[in-house]
Amino acid sequence: MNVEQISIFLENQPGRLAEVTRLFEEGGINIRALALADTSEFGILRLIVNDNEKARELLKNHGYAVGVTEVVAVEVEDRPGGLHRILTVLARRGINVEYMYAFVRQSGRNAVMIFRFDDIAAAVGALAEAGIRVIAGAELYAM
Amino acid sequence: MIYNEEFETLPREALEAIQLRRLRATVARVYHAVPFYRRRFDEAGVTPDDIGSLADLARLPFTTKADLRDNYPYGLFAVPLDNVTRIHASSGTTGKPTVVGYTARDVQTWAELMARSLTAAGARKEDIVHNAYGYGLFTGGLGVHYGAEKLGASVIPVSGGNTRRQILIMKDFGPTVLTCTPSYALHLAEAAEEMGVSFQELRFKSGLFGAEPWSERMRAEIEERLHLKAMDIYGLSEIMGPGVAVECLEAQRGLHVFEDHFIPEIVHPETGQPLPYGTPGELVFTTITKEAFPLIRYRTRDLSSLHPEPCRCGRTLVRMSRVQGRSDDMLIIRGVNVFPSQIESVILETRRFTPHYQLVVERVDNLDRLTVLVEMQPELFSDAIKNLQALERELEGAIRETLGVTVRVRLVEPKTLQRSEGKAARVIDKRRL
Repeated sequence: MNVEQISIFLENQPGRLAEVTRLFEEGGINIRALALADTSEFGILRLIVNDNEKARELLKNHGYAVGVTEVVAVEVEDRPGGLHRILTVLARRGINVEYMYAFVRQSGRNAVMIFRFDDIAAAVGALAEAGIRVIAGAELYAM
Repeated sequence: MIYNEEFETLPREALEAIQLRRLRATVARVYHAVPFYRRRFDEAGVTPDDIGSLADLARLPFTTKADLRDNYPYGLFAVPLDNVTRIHASSGTTGKPTVVGYTARDVQTWAELMARSLTAAGARKEDIVHNAYGYGLFTGGLGVHYGAEKLGASVIPVSGGNTRRQILIMKDFGPTVLTCTPSYALHLAEAAEEMGVSFQELRFKSGLFGAEPWSERMRAEIEERLHLKAMDIYGLSEIMGPGVAVECLEAQRGLHVFEDHFIPEIVHPETGQPLPYGTPGELVFTTITKEAFPLIRYRTRDLSSLHPEPCRCGRTLVRMSRVQGRSDDMLIIRGVNVFPSQIESVILETRRFTPHYQLVVERVDNLDRLTVLVEMQPELFSDAIKNLQALERELEGAIRETLGVTVRVRLVEPKTLQRSEGKAARVIDKRRL
């Protein structure tokens, strides 16, 4: 139901990101969404790709520390206040957002945001109650 | 099992009588054959006749690495070059290499002591020794090689490097005893895992690991990952090479020093005062049978302690503790003495990281800063920054608590720290650059 995200440990050094994108190019893997979190010394690259299994294998075989995390893709109305409405629902229920980033959508009226929650079940429940659409993994990868 | 029952289990009085006789002969010989020693002894006001007991050894002056360099290459040889059959040299990471020579009899003695060492580690003549110490000027490769041949075992002189080929040889040739540096042993384990080869299917039963300091935790890891019993072996080219002291399979606790050939002492690293049994300090050796390159009270810079308690293996030879570090490796971080081996122990005790680490020392705003680099373990990885920072803080806390020194821990990508095939370069001291 939910969306799988892969994350990669990278040292904060020139060329490290390019090394990953080169691997993806060679492996024919398409990046659908991406966010980089960094400290002064290391970074975590978080990605939604079209083929998780293949991307993971490829990275592992090249010695990267790779993780898979369950995240939630949420449809956001493309108008002022769209994201605010969602965050308000979550805040009222005391649900913490670990991090979030935008998903690039090729068509459609609404935007999609990727959310990482500590308590996914509670978050998904709260969103459903408020009538906010959560997009399933299969649907998202095909977007 | 004991290779030389007679000399390895002598009653102490008999052993000491032999030591005194050999010491007196060595001192007399160097006094007459090596101008350097004559000058030093004269300066110290001692003559060979003053050596009436083993305690008189302390009256003789020390010999240091600097003396070896000053007499480069052959100044300290006690026989004409005609009688030298082999020359080895240390790596010389700081300045000129140290050159050492052996007569034919020295080479035989060395082979005997290495045969004793291999036997102590459980090797028999039926065994096949996979010798991954480097062959060449370094004493490791040839030292083990001659000892294994003397024992009557089969030697695979594979030397260092070309790790994938080594794994294939291990698979196909069925060696039973492994000899290499401890860091290379772990490197072999990693390479085997990557190639899908399990040490469980190999025939190794034991290994002799030395030429760099290691720890009990590292032993546990080597034994688990390589499915063999791991023994520590000690030696340095100046004294002879590997085979100066070795652990026995029976106790795996301290290394028996072959005292019928070398007299060990522990001295205070700064004052040079001899220290009693059990007290840690700097190891000092006097060779008492070597012909070509005898050394009197050589300061090894290795930190250890000596333990005379009887051993369950039956050897009466004193045991030296695992080398705890080198007195010149000692880092002084804001006034606290820190040895890389201590940091290694803490890293391994967290049971989270591999023993591959690197220490970087810098001076920032006139303060020493020690950074410990450890490799991210794929199973510890998290997508959240705070979890990774918590890992770093956890190790920082453990080091502060154990060693009383504040360090910064930095995670680096898996398998990016140097895997040495010889001595691991653990410390990068930028203060001197």
